[in-house]
Amino acid sequence: MSNLLDLLVAGLATGAIYALVAVGFTLLWQTSQTINFAQGEFVMLPAFLMLAAMHAGAPFWLAIILGILLSMILLGLAFKMLLVDPMMRHGVLPLAIATMALAIGIKEAVKQFFSAEASPFPSIVPTGDISILGHIVSLQSISVLALAILAVLGLTTLLNRTSLGHQMQAAAQNPTVARIIGVPVERMILLTFLINAFLVALASLLITPIYLAKFSSGEVLGQAAFIAAIVGGFNQVRGAIAGGLLIGVLDNLAASYVSTQYRAAVPLIFLILVILFRPQGLLGRAEERTV
Amino acid sequence: MKSTLLAGALLAFAAATSAHAQAIKLADVAELSGGGATVGTNWKNGIDLAIEEINAKGGVLGRKFEVTHADSQSNPGVARAQVQKALDAEPYVLLGPGYSGSVKVTAPLAAEAGIAQIMGGEAAELTQAGNKFLFRTSFGQQSSMPKVAKYIHDEMKAKSVAVVWVNNDFGRGGRDVVVKELDRLGSKVVADLSTEAGQADFAADVGKIKAANPDAVFVYLNEEESARILKELKRQGVTAPLMGETTLIGQKVIELAGDAANGARGHVGLTTDAPVDLIKAFRDKFAKKYNYVPDHNGLKGYLAVYMVKATTEKMGKVDSKAFADALHGLTIKAADEPGILMDVTFSDTGDIDRQSFLVEVVEGKQVVKQVLPKVQ
Repeated sequence: MSNLLDLLVAGLATGAIYALVAVGFTLLWQTSQTINFAQGEFVMLPAFLMLAAMHAGAPFWLAIILGILLSMILLGLAFKMLLVDPMMRHGVLPLAIATMALAIGIKEAVKQFFSAEASPFPSIVPTGDISILGHIVSLQSISVLALAILAVLGLTTLLNRTSLGHQMQAAAQNPTVARIIGVPVERMILLTFLINAFLVALASLLITPIYLAKFSSGEVLGQAAFIAAIVGGFNQVRGAIAGGLLIGVLDNLAASYVSTQYRAAVPLIFLILVILFRPQGLLGRAEERTV
Repeated sequence: MKSTLLAGALLAFAAATSAHAQAIKLADVAELSGGGATVGTNWKNGIDLAIEEINAKGGVLGRKFEVTHADSQSNPGVARAQVQKALDAEPYVLLGPGYSGSVKVTAPLAAEAGIAQIMGGEAAELTQAGNKFLFRTSFGQQSSMPKVAKYIHDEMKAKSVAVVWVNNDFGRGGRDVVVKELDRLGSKVVADLSTEAGQADFAADVGKIKAANPDAVFVYLNEEESARILKELKRQGVTAPLMGETTLIGQKVIELAGDAANGARGHVGLTTDAPVDLIKAFRDKFAKKYNYVPDHNGLKGYLAVYMVKATTEKMGKVDSKAFADALHGLTIKAADEPGILMDVTFSDTGDIDRQSFLVEVVEGKQVVKQVLPKVQ
């Protein structure tokens, strides 16, 4: 029982990070029909930007700020203007393939300029244990979970409770009508790219102390977040959150109760089942699907 | 005037080509990228340092060493292709790879070509296949694991042990020997956990260890995974003492795992923290050249080149076909060849006998707790 609780906490903590990344996936898809296959590398890169800032002499807090800002410029602004906008004219598929190429480019660039070896990365949250109802759980897991939930709550409040959020939703649901009623659609799309860049930078900050900073660490994360987004529902932010948490827990339970060797297969089998029996995703809306 | 210039040019060309012909060609295939990048980079740097030293002192039998490095990408398939390419260039000796899986698939190629292969792999089975051209630079698992099991049983007094290993040739080889030895000594294996190479998340594995509540945990993974599991063990508050091999307490692991590495113990065939003056001098030279402290793989690469030097000088000639025979049964003393760092004897199977160390990580530093003498 205590083992199950440990597994659930660890799974939820990892799942919350998957959720952050998966939310970014769905945001980009909803507003600009971009399927970003470089999303995993987008999580890997900010950690290296922060490490580079620290190597240049910046303290950790400053490195975090610089890392997040640089991520928003490179992975938000530059990504949209230099890759998405020019490729979008050619359709969804060429853009998806271009993001795959970008993933390889980012990985190789980090390997070239940094190193192929893993690097340690400081933890922003405290390590150690706390006792909850007489049970010892990892403070790091709880803090990661709390921070990720906070970020997601902040995002949903922005989307549902503010005028800006309503404009973003309008731009996503029907750009033509949104334009007619005066919503600056282009600016809203850019904003979602910036939000995605912020979310991946936050995910990077939370996951890298556990997984270590390595050029290839985005592969696992990108795949997990992609599965999470599809399982939860590619057209719903809440679906991506649920999918992320579910995949995190499922992965841990599978590794513990099924087999370590087949742990990677279990989420994929789940993905196939979802695609077969509920193609819109667990929380997705069937009528909104355009693919 | 023209003819003098021509004669001069011809002379220079002849000198250049003869110098080139005289160089002793070594070929290195190592894990320069991928999961084993730490291993391969240290190994390569060790080789380059040794060659630079030897060449600066005039080379071997008046000839200089020349080495080519190829990247196996930590992938046995790529390693095989790179070794074939290296052998096609007819090197004097083949150096590497470092991963046991890569050694296993490349050793038959070198044996077929009749070229001696000095490698970094530690899987027990490598030297048990009757290959007459394969040599180790460190202990094989059949030499180190009994020492590990004995330490867990006698010194840690562990009656129950959790064994975590990486599911590849290296991990499986070590796991098989240590489980057999623990069983023989009477320590019960209460959890036998295989993990995957490159695994990022160890929460579930550590959860299983916690549930088994063992007296000691034996961790046998590659460096990066070792660091990740150490962090996870700390995160989940596992307090059982941790025992491993070089891969658990190496410099890179300490750097990556930080505080979480403290208290971990390991049997180490080679360590740059060994209380041996020649090793300390090596460590300083390496750190000065590359700006970081090497792990045991740096030592292995360095020793591999000095093995070539000592054997060649013993033969008195550069003869790649006779090299393997000359190295079998050879004892190289550090007093005669300081580059070999510690007295070492090579068996007829290519295994080594050398003193070894028991190390604990104390406040982020490897501290040698015991020196274990040569077996013979």
